[in-house]
Amino acid sequence: MYKLLLCWRYLRTRWIALASIVSVTLGVATMIVVNAVMAGFSYEMQTRIHGILSDLVFESHSLSGFQDPAWHMAEIKRAAGDDIVGMTPTVAVPAMLNFQVRGQWITRQIMLIGIDEATHAQVSDFGRYLQHPANRGQLSFGLRDGGYDTVDSQSDTKAVTRPALEGAGWPHRRMRVARERVWREKLEADRRAGAASEPAEAGPARSVDQQVDAVLAATSAEPPAVGAEPPAADTAAGPAKPADPFRQARPEEGTRMDPANEQFTGIVPGIGLASFRDNAGTDRFLVLPGDDVKVTFPTAGTPPKAVSDTFTVVDFYESKMSEYDSNFVFVPIASLQRMRGMIDPQSGLASVNSIQIKLRDGADLDSVRDRLRKVFPADLYAVSTWRDKQGPLLAAVDMEMSVLNILLFLIIAVAGFGILAIFFMIVVEKTRDIGILKSLGAGAGGIGGIFLGYGLFLGIVGAGAGLALGLSIAWNINSIRAGVEWCTGERVFDPSIYYFYRIPSIVHPFTVCWIIVGAVGIAVASSVLPALRAARLHPVEALRHD
Amino acid sequence: MTETSPAILCVRDLRKNYRSGETTLEVLRGVDFDLAAGEFVSIVGQSGSGKSTLLHLMGLLDAADSGSIELDGTRIDGLSSARRDRLRNTAVGMVFQSYHLLPELDALENVLAPLMVRHGVLEWLRVRREAREAARALLDRFGLGGRLRHKPRQLSGGEMQRVAIARALVTRPRVLLADEPTGNLDEATGGGILETLCELNRADGLSIVLVTHDAAVARRADRIVRLAAGRVDDAADPAARRLAG
Repeated sequence: MYKLLLCWRYLRTRWIALASIVSVTLGVATMIVVNAVMAGFSYEMQTRIHGILSDLVFESHSLSGFQDPAWHMAEIKRAAGDDIVGMTPTVAVPAMLNFQVRGQWITRQIMLIGIDEATHAQVSDFGRYLQHPANRGQLSFGLRDGGYDTVDSQSDTKAVTRPALEGAGWPHRRMRVARERVWREKLEADRRAGAASEPAEAGPARSVDQQVDAVLAATSAEPPAVGAEPPAADTAAGPAKPADPFRQARPEEGTRMDPANEQFTGIVPGIGLASFRDNAGTDRFLVLPGDDVKVTFPTAGTPPKAVSDTFTVVDFYESKMSEYDSNFVFVPIASLQRMRGMIDPQSGLASVNSIQIKLRDGADLDSVRDRLRKVFPADLYAVSTWRDKQGPLLAAVDMEMSVLNILLFLIIAVAGFGILAIFFMIVVEKTRDIGILKSLGAGAGGIGGIFLGYGLFLGIVGAGAGLALGLSIAWNINSIRAGVEWCTGERVFDPSIYYFYRIPSIVHPFTVCWIIVGAVGIAVASSVLPALRAARLHPVEALRHD
Repeated sequence: MTETSPAILCVRDLRKNYRSGETTLEVLRGVDFDLAAGEFVSIVGQSGSGKSTLLHLMGLLDAADSGSIELDGTRIDGLSSARRDRLRNTAVGMVFQSYHLLPELDALENVLAPLMVRHGVLEWLRVRREAREAARALLDRFGLGGRLRHKPRQLSGGEMQRVAIARALVTRPRVLLADEPTGNLDEATGGGILETLCELNRADGLSIVLVTHDAAVARRADRIVRLAAGRVDDAADPAARRLAG
């Protein structure tokens, strides 16, 4: 009983011990916050990665792919059985994306992915990452008549961060075509007037756009009809010749399209390719749904040839993983297969380079992967889980977290040494009292117990305060961030870097328990030595101590 | 007291050496000493004669090198440390020159301290009321009824020593061992403390061993034992008495 009383009295009269509590508290709070934020980032990242990659990816080593995806899917189904709930074929090739901004052509390196619009959203979260509400339900590569989200649908904020998407879609396309026509006519008129007076002086009045068109027309093998800007819409849409035998293969061949009412094949670029975020957190777009872009990609033959085609942007893809958002571009798989020559003209069988597989919830990814690896020869096919695909990244994040935890635990260890030093001081200071207690019949265990109990108490109080502090910070981290930003005027968390609008934070109860137990353990462990010293004091010598 | 009373404390050929490095200091070189039940004995001797060491050995604070100590006919030397802790708590009460009160506890808590040491938390909750009553009665008896909640530093020397005596008695010990209880006090206060001890001896029949170097203090006891150079001085008790007188 005396242990409790004395612990309590010592605690009340030795405020210096609270100094070590503070360091335990800060250490615990820091660990909880850092773990919560790291877990939040890690979770967001895994969700994003998993959202774009399906559970399992079955792919060919070659860009040309393998033939007859239907047969492969049947075989996969046979091998993996009931674990599979969805499959979709894709074709992925590296490609170049070209688009015009203020008359300048911008070229970007991309991964062009042909997807089956009907089934792709079933195997991953692909659909969730689109900007048009209807496309999120079911993707269509047809241009929508407006209605794109001006608010980031994946963020909690209701702020309009994408005002440019307001008029995107057909209205934007029509407006652009009309504006281009006005300019073209004006230039045309200027040139005619200029040619009459001074034929050589045409340069300044000529738009870069037009110059590039001219160069493209001269160098490209494509018929100019498929170009982005036909000279005049009213001269387009010539009467089709029904008897033309080539008409069935390329229905658009030889016709002139009306860009104000027709579109090219739809394309969904990653949002990072077409936009940037300014300091105010608003997304500025280089290209909008309704604009046309050119894509150059290799054919499936050997050796591959580069071919180009024009596409109309119909939506944006935003997984919030900047690696994907600034790299992936989606087009309809059938178009890509046709353009790359992946359809066998004799059998009519198409090739794909990968099959994305979704497993039922709770299925063991690795075991299904291993079963598939047994069935399909490894020299022809690669089967990997989404974790395998991003293994190094996930491992790096895990390692970063463990290293950070070790470092932070050292903070608590430092607090432990503080407790050790303060306790030694208290033992020396209380030597006579220890002698008195021994003369009253207190055993070595009892005396040691006072100091261990004291350490335990400090640990529990320190860790408890740290828990409260840490959790309140972790749960309110975004308000705190706002407060800090308001006070300092500096941007603490820049959404243009992270693509998150808020700092993610997930508190895992297990991690918290582990931290608390560790901190209390360190507090108790560091009071063991002083406790032993106190317990071993000789009563007579202790009584003589002054 | 009469010689026929059974010895409550029986010390035979007790030896104790202190070693520091190479040199060995023989403090007790074969002490024989008896304390009859209800007897009040003074142990006198010069500094370094071993009287405090003898008291510590009898109070189980230290272990002898050889010889035996019997308390109520039971050997108490050579016990396990747990048994010694237990006996210290139950059978022996000790009073020291510099009081040795716990500064964090008030007078009442100091008196209760041995009982708190004895009982676990749950047991304490059960006996608490009773223990408090006993402690309060003791303090009342020593004229400290109004100072229960005072911390040691708020008490005078005499008051502190009376609290210490109350603490030694609250466990109802078989024997009270007092080590220079008046050493830090002025004559009047010391006389009061001595009076208290005599009164306890007379009224309650408490067996007391008092260690002192003050002949005037020693004279108040029934018997005086003189220690010199680690042995009981061969001069018989009456002689010691004469010397002291």
